[in-house]
Amino acid sequence: MTQDPRLSGVGPTQGQGTTYLRKQAPLGVKVYRQAIIDAFLKLNPRWMLRNPVMFVVEVGSVLTTALWVQALLGHGEAKASFIGAIALWLWLTVLFANFSEALAESRGKAQAAALRRARQETRAKRLSHPKYGAQYDLVPSSALRQNDAFIVEAGDIIPADGEVIEGVASVDESAITGESAPVIRESGGDRNAVTGGTRVLSDWLIVRVTASPGEGFLDRIISLVEGAKRQKTPNEIALNTLLAAFTIVFLVVCITLLPYSLFSVEVSHQGMPVTVTVLVALLVCLIPTTIGGLLPAIGIAGMDRLIRRNIIALSGRAVEAAGDVDVLLLDKTGTITLGNREAVEFISVGKVSEPELAEAAQLASLADETPEGRSIVVLAKEKYGLRGSAGRDEPRGMHFIPFSAQTRMSGVDLDGLSIRKGAADAIMAYIQQQGKSVPQELKAIVESISKAGGTPLVVARNGEALGVVYLKDIVKGGIKERFTKMRKMGIKTVMITGDNPLTATAIAAEAGVDDFLAEATPETKLKLIREYQAGGRLVAMTGDGTNDAPALAQADVAVAMNTGTQPAREAANMIDLESSPTKLIEIVEIGKQLLMTRGALTTFSISNDVSKYFVIIPAAFASTYPALGAMNILHLATPESAVLSAVIFNALIIIALIPLALRGVPYRPVGAARLFRNNLLVYGLGGLIVPFIGIKLIDMILVALRLA
Amino acid sequence: MTFTWIQLGLYLFILLLLVKPLGSYMARVYEGERTFLTPLIRPIEHLVYRITGLRGDEEMDWKTYAVAVLLFNLVGLLLLYGLQRIQSALPLNPQNLGAVRPDTAFNAAVSFVTNTNWQSYSGETTMSYLVQMLGFTVQNFLSAATGMAILVALVRGFVRHSGSTIGNFWTDMTRSILYILLPLAFVLALALVSQGVVQTFHSSQQVSLLQPIQGASNQTINQQTLALGPAASQVAIKQLGTNGGGFFNVNSSHPFENPTPFSNFLEMLAILLIPAALCYTFGKMVGDTRKGWAILAAMTIIFVAMLSVTVWAEQSGNPAITKLGVDQTASSFQSGGNMEGKEVRFGVANSALWATVTTSASNGSVNSMNDSFTPLGGLVPMWLIQLGEVVYGGVGSGLYGMLAFVIIAVFVAGLMIGRTPEYLGKKIESYEMKMASLIVLIPIIIVLFGTAISVLVPAGKAGVYNPGPHGFSEVLYAFSSAGNNNGSAFAGIGANTTYYNTILAFAMLLGRYWLAIPALAIAGSLVRKKTVPVSSGTLPTHTPLFIVWLIMVVIVVGALSFLPALSLGPLAEYLMR
Repeated sequence: MTQDPRLSGVGPTQGQGTTYLRKQAPLGVKVYRQAIIDAFLKLNPRWMLRNPVMFVVEVGSVLTTALWVQALLGHGEAKASFIGAIALWLWLTVLFANFSEALAESRGKAQAAALRRARQETRAKRLSHPKYGAQYDLVPSSALRQNDAFIVEAGDIIPADGEVIEGVASVDESAITGESAPVIRESGGDRNAVTGGTRVLSDWLIVRVTASPGEGFLDRIISLVEGAKRQKTPNEIALNTLLAAFTIVFLVVCITLLPYSLFSVEVSHQGMPVTVTVLVALLVCLIPTTIGGLLPAIGIAGMDRLIRRNIIALSGRAVEAAGDVDVLLLDKTGTITLGNREAVEFISVGKVSEPELAEAAQLASLADETPEGRSIVVLAKEKYGLRGSAGRDEPRGMHFIPFSAQTRMSGVDLDGLSIRKGAADAIMAYIQQQGKSVPQELKAIVESISKAGGTPLVVARNGEALGVVYLKDIVKGGIKERFTKMRKMGIKTVMITGDNPLTATAIAAEAGVDDFLAEATPETKLKLIREYQAGGRLVAMTGDGTNDAPALAQADVAVAMNTGTQPAREAANMIDLESSPTKLIEIVEIGKQLLMTRGALTTFSISNDVSKYFVIIPAAFASTYPALGAMNILHLATPESAVLSAVIFNALIIIALIPLALRGVPYRPVGAARLFRNNLLVYGLGGLIVPFIGIKLIDMILVALRLA
Repeated sequence: MTFTWIQLGLYLFILLLLVKPLGSYMARVYEGERTFLTPLIRPIEHLVYRITGLRGDEEMDWKTYAVAVLLFNLVGLLLLYGLQRIQSALPLNPQNLGAVRPDTAFNAAVSFVTNTNWQSYSGETTMSYLVQMLGFTVQNFLSAATGMAILVALVRGFVRHSGSTIGNFWTDMTRSILYILLPLAFVLALALVSQGVVQTFHSSQQVSLLQPIQGASNQTINQQTLALGPAASQVAIKQLGTNGGGFFNVNSSHPFENPTPFSNFLEMLAILLIPAALCYTFGKMVGDTRKGWAILAAMTIIFVAMLSVTVWAEQSGNPAITKLGVDQTASSFQSGGNMEGKEVRFGVANSALWATVTTSASNGSVNSMNDSFTPLGGLVPMWLIQLGEVVYGGVGSGLYGMLAFVIIAVFVAGLMIGRTPEYLGKKIESYEMKMASLIVLIPIIIVLFGTAISVLVPAGKAGVYNPGPHGFSEVLYAFSSAGNNNGSAFAGIGANTTYYNTILAFAMLLGRYWLAIPALAIAGSLVRKKTVPVSSGTLPTHTPLFIVWLIMVVIVVGALSFLPALSLGPLAEYLMR
């Protein structure tokens, strides 16, 4: 799942965001049309006030438009065509910024519309008391209140969020997750949460309502993706402070330039003072409009990138915090290792040969449908060419003993043979029970396998120990490289496992995690998180069970699986609709991308100013001190064309950077120092050079079109 | 020319050589550790606490600290104002000088309390010896110590974590004076006396001229009045405390304030000594001297670049005079260059160096007339002031100003690497950004608005004597100097008027306390935060790359704010020659 920077956030990467993209695809032109309309609607000054930088531009647009009208009436401070052109491009600057925001929002809006269809008013079968077979009355879903109980049967749409208190059923949750495979929901355990808007496919459930109408999971997601409740994140506020500071400085610079210019004309007895139009143009070129205009779009697009990976961030703060995470707590099973153990070796004891052990083990596993059992069958077949199937040539008279929690072993009886396999201590007890002795050799093998991080499975025939099957946790391919990357990003990975410390050590070493927590309980997990936090670190974790809830609530970035329980989902600040444990790593990258995009565009915006000065200052003051024309190093045609070119460049660069704002600056885990150097070169130095080229080109075009 | 660069290099070498010993000494002083002066000074320190009744061991939160700073400075301001107003009734006034005008006295009092030392008066004809000693010299110590105390409080904000207190103002103040400023001033004053700087209570002396001259109305003049006074003690602290207020009107170009090239070297060294060494103190206190060296390197690189421009511009001479066929090149027979307004005993190199030193630190003393510098040679000192007095800057105030720039630099850099920015393990968030922005923003606003008002109102325009861009430069310089607490003057404007005395006094007050309070507020916010451990995801803030970035931030902010104004002043003057 390594991110290809060309793909990141742009299109569907494998197996991701199915629903969302499916619903997104046909919109195309409509999205753009809506975004253009929204760009005009957002001109409302009350909306613009939320973004001080662009509000200043709007005020400048109004001012220059007024000056243009004045010029048309014959009292202008400059040619009406010049003032009009400036006014037009200032309006376009505001519109372009609004457009970027509207475009970013449109994706969320489309998603919200799709979700809303799932949340239509349905009829609920409200039970008089929470018991199967109780009386129910049909009420609209909006009439359900917390703690009400209802029943849903095959074909019904679940009317509200709730907790299953009775029954088991398969549920189609594709309306939220986009995953068409049905999931099982049942009372008790970690799969008891149901979401309003999903559909029951088979059987029935009795559900207790946990959220009143309008406050359900789906409602929250809709308002989140729509951006209706979008609040500025801490980092965004800090950046806005800096941008406001720059805006104030440039306001003061431009306001005071008028008296300076008047005074200069007065004392040098020559030339004309600078016009208000040029000062407004200068102001707009200097204030950080590039980042100011794109800032909302960057934030929305960041959330959007998460949504497209089927992650719902319940707060923007959490997305930002994800970029800062220092410690990742990862569950061993499913994240670091494949969920199941695999047989890798047969170790026989005494005079027993290995094929003999393999055959016995295979026989005992023929009916064992667990992944471990199947891996034994496969290994025996691969290593010793033993028949691999329980199907056709199954010896007659076979009697399979299934695994039970009491005996902790399984096996088969045939032809007077009784083969058993199971946990080492269970089989050893069984052997002694049969009046046989356990060979010392067996104990040694069991111990050495445990030490190496494996699970020993002892096989016995008629009460005699045959040997041990070495079951091993299989570490996922590529995970070690991934952790190396994380280390380069400055993130410490900690494996959480219920295994004993011996096993945990071995797997931790193989997977390349920095640390591990063995024999983890909810309490030790919570304690570990608190310890890291006390040391000033930010901790991220995933969880699904109810017993994860305290740890999830404590972690800075907490991702709950959508398959998880209601308490877990409540405690988390992100929900992974696909329930994929490795998502955390992607979330961190998206968080970093979000901040980087802001930083890069801020640097670009401010660097631009330096270049713009060389364009505007000679143009603005050439009327007072013609000698300042020496600063016109670009040899722009006329003062008017210079100012106009700068304003046009300033507007067009917003449009040009929209794709970058929406896609995000690619993140590469190369360490802070190199990342900083690279981005500084691209956006700092680039920001100095690009305006020179752009403005000169625009000036040449203006001259060619005889507009200047 | 080579000799010029050798002199400049020697100056920098000696300065940087002293940074580490003095810096680590100051760190020990502020951390209350034992130094070689402790046995001598500790009893005096205790005596001070006993007499004043102040508790030196009580920790203060940032608000208490700020209130202490403001109250202490307010009392100093009122005392200094009163002293000037009643000087005629007080002793040590051999010239029988009358009470100082209210506006002049207010301006002078503000000026010395804020560590600016802008002087609209002429010292030898306005202020009695008592005012100079008990008023100005004392404030030179106190205002310098105030700046150092605020810096140390800010540094504690970085060092301490999960707490709320940032030290005790009275202790920081007392220690700055007793352990650092007094011993250094004592040594420097003696060295200056050895070079011929006067230190006497004698009234002015009448002496016969060796060669009689013709007066304005053709009368023959053969007597001269030589102003005297307790100058050495004041000159020593005026340089060490980056105050800059001269005992005599012409400041350090006066032979009794700065008689020899050696005294000139010592005084220049004294100006940058403490501001530069405080960078090391900072590094030492935060437990990573590399951070201190990085900041010092950024300052020094800007300083050397600026110095080179000034020296080059001044050494190139005046193009108007070149046109007349006058040889202005340096040779064995002449220093060459633009010698207008410069002392022959210092020449171009040491005048240009002084001008750069005094404006990079917020010192403001002069040994030549900045007004007579070439346009570019004059632009550099003015711009150095406008950068916010952070290239070395005033004692304490320079570094806390620079740390505001560091916070901004770290913030943008942090975003660029995708992490909530942090510096020295402290997260830089919205509140710090607000305060750092104020520190950077306020001087810019004061300078630009002050200049704008003055070129609009008749009272302001009346003080401008020079035509064209140069007149504008003079007004811009005056507000740059006051708003950034530098105190040097381009001169050339009539500043001793009610209008300029008042508006410049307010510029100085705002420029000092509206920066000090946010600096302490940052300390108060940082001290509450946890310290984030360093990882490979942390932006290193001691590398050459970061130094370059910090320089860029300082220069870009300075350029963006002042380039338009400068282009109507020195730049226009330069391009119009």
